Amino acid sequence: MAADNDPIIKVRGLKNAFGEQVVHDNLDLDVRRGEILGVVGGSGTGKSVLLRSIIGLQPPVAGEVEVFGEPTLDREETETVDIRKRWGVLFQGGALFSTLTVSENVQVPLREFYKDLDPVLMAEIAAYKVVMTGLPAEAGPKYPAELSGGMKKRAGLARALALDPELLFLDEPTAGLDPIGAAAFDELTRSLQRTMGLTVFLITHDLDTLYAICDRVAVLADKRVIAVGTIPELLALDHPWIQEYFNGPRGRAATASIERQERSSAEMVR
Amino acid sequence: MNADFTDEGGTLRFRGSLSLAQLGNLPERLDQQAGARTLDLSGIERIDTVGAWVVHRHATRTGAEITGLSDDGRHLMEQVQHADEPVAVPAKPASPLRRVVGEIGDATATAGRTMLGLLAFMGATTIAFGSIIRHPARFRFNATVHRFEVVGVSALGIVGLMSFLIGIVIAQQGAVQLRQFGAEVFTINLVGRITLRELGVLMTAIMVAGRSGSAFAAQLGTMKLTEEIDAMRTIGVSPMESLVVPRTLAAILLMPLLGFYSSLIAIIGGGLLCWLQLDIPPVTFMQRIREVVPITDLYVGLVKAPVFGAIIAIAGCFQGMQVEGDAEQVGSRTTAAVVQAIFLVIVLDAFFAVFFTWIGWI
Repeated sequence: MAADNDPIIKVRGLKNAFGEQVVHDNLDLDVRRGEILGVVGGSGTGKSVLLRSIIGLQPPVAGEVEVFGEPTLDREETETVDIRKRWGVLFQGGALFSTLTVSENVQVPLREFYKDLDPVLMAEIAAYKVVMTGLPAEAGPKYPAELSGGMKKRAGLARALALDPELLFLDEPTAGLDPIGAAAFDELTRSLQRTMGLTVFLITHDLDTLYAICDRVAVLADKRVIAVGTIPELLALDHPWIQEYFNGPRGRAATASIERQERSSAEMVR
Repeated sequence: MNADFTDEGGTLRFRGSLSLAQLGNLPERLDQQAGARTLDLSGIERIDTVGAWVVHRHATRTGAEITGLSDDGRHLMEQVQHADEPVAVPAKPASPLRRVVGEIGDATATAGRTMLGLLAFMGATTIAFGSIIRHPARFRFNATVHRFEVVGVSALGIVGLMSFLIGIVIAQQGAVQLRQFGAEVFTINLVGRITLRELGVLMTAIMVAGRSGSAFAAQLGTMKLTEEIDAMRTIGVSPMESLVVPRTLAAILLMPLLGFYSSLIAIIGGGLLCWLQLDIPPVTFMQRIREVVPITDLYVGLVKAPVFGAIIAIAGCFQGMQVEGDAEQVGSRTTAAVVQAIFLVIVLDAFFAVFFTWIGWI
């Protein structure tokens, strides 16, 4: 068992390439236990490819990836089952199985790994997970085609959380959600992380999400992670892309809204 | 450590890790417990939402009180309790008799609606053809030529092979039967007439329905799912004109060519068998074919072919455009396109047979 202060995800010297086009070159990244790590980067910098490499869907050209202290690359699927049980992944579009209802979708991992579980309990677990992610209870028997984009994301999250994982991968969870829904999603991620001790690997473009819930932010650029740190730490760096990202008009708006919130909560305390 | 509990005079003391992986048979054992007033969770190592749910469920059922949770644990328990909403119970299934009758009714209604829809789609395709004739600039020449290649040229190999084998089989089976009357020479009549009149075009239609009708349905269905067709409409490109017309036109024009080609290859196959098995030399075979096959047989085949082509293309495009919702629909609609096309082709073929006999092309 890995010690508690070991990184939960350790990426070393990762290189990904599609033909001639190199996406990552010599990329290093550590994710600490219990943190919410935001991953940002311009479009096409390979954020999703990085996620796919870590979870083993995209075999890299070179490099090492360790999750929970165990290597995930070049291993048989049967060997990594114990690792897979301990993580949940939310894909960008939800990636729900279209022939199963929402409730059945959530039960898929349970059925796969805990066959002996009482079917009634399984249905109950699926039901409360669905409600926990902010969907109405009536959504359970619906098929993915009957849900809106935001509801699909929530259902996808419910499935990712089915096994009460220790590690959660979220690929742009708030993209395409309305601001209220996005804020609720952030709140949900935060509270799950607190109550269940989750580690969250979060790919996002949403500056509000970054400010609101991320403990640290990793910046992908020039084919590697150019910086990891809290937002103030990143702002202290003199990298043009980081400066433009956080100090552009949208970045300033997000900062301002966070400051406003902090002021108003401070006033309420007074 | 696995989750466990002990009953201490009205208090259930939980131990171990109340988590999904280490739950074991705790839910079943807990179900048999009743009468405990307090559920003491102070001794547990870890709790996740599944553990919290099991405890919460027991507490609601028996009215017991949950104590001894840490702050995080209490927060988790509150979240789980908060998420406890009555789950909609699925409706009770109807009696088998009602279900069977209902299903027959549903299937009949669906079949009727599909036929109406197909008819409407045929009309829409005709209108699209009409508007292209009025505005020839809107005709997609390149797309149509590309369809020619996909529907026609790429099918030459498989259609040829199939026809050749069918020619051989007809000649061989015919020769065996006709030999009983000493009339082997009529094998030539059999091969020549049946391939040109019926089998050449019919087998080609089945092959084209399987190759191209299914492809049309799957292409259009996927485009429907990925909202490409909606995008076309918003840009102002008519999907009927840009997708359906080129495909239908390609099928209409290529079916007679493929059918004729198929008939020829089948005759060659039959002739080869006659030469090898019945010792009829190719020259005699060809001479006899010209004598016994009336030119109307060729017309019968060539008149039917474009109609079959239109049916196949329209059924394929129609089913593709009906796709809504999920990926499974693409599959079921593709199947429906092929089944519908072949069925309609055979029904129409029967009508044609009666019609041509009636006008005296026998």
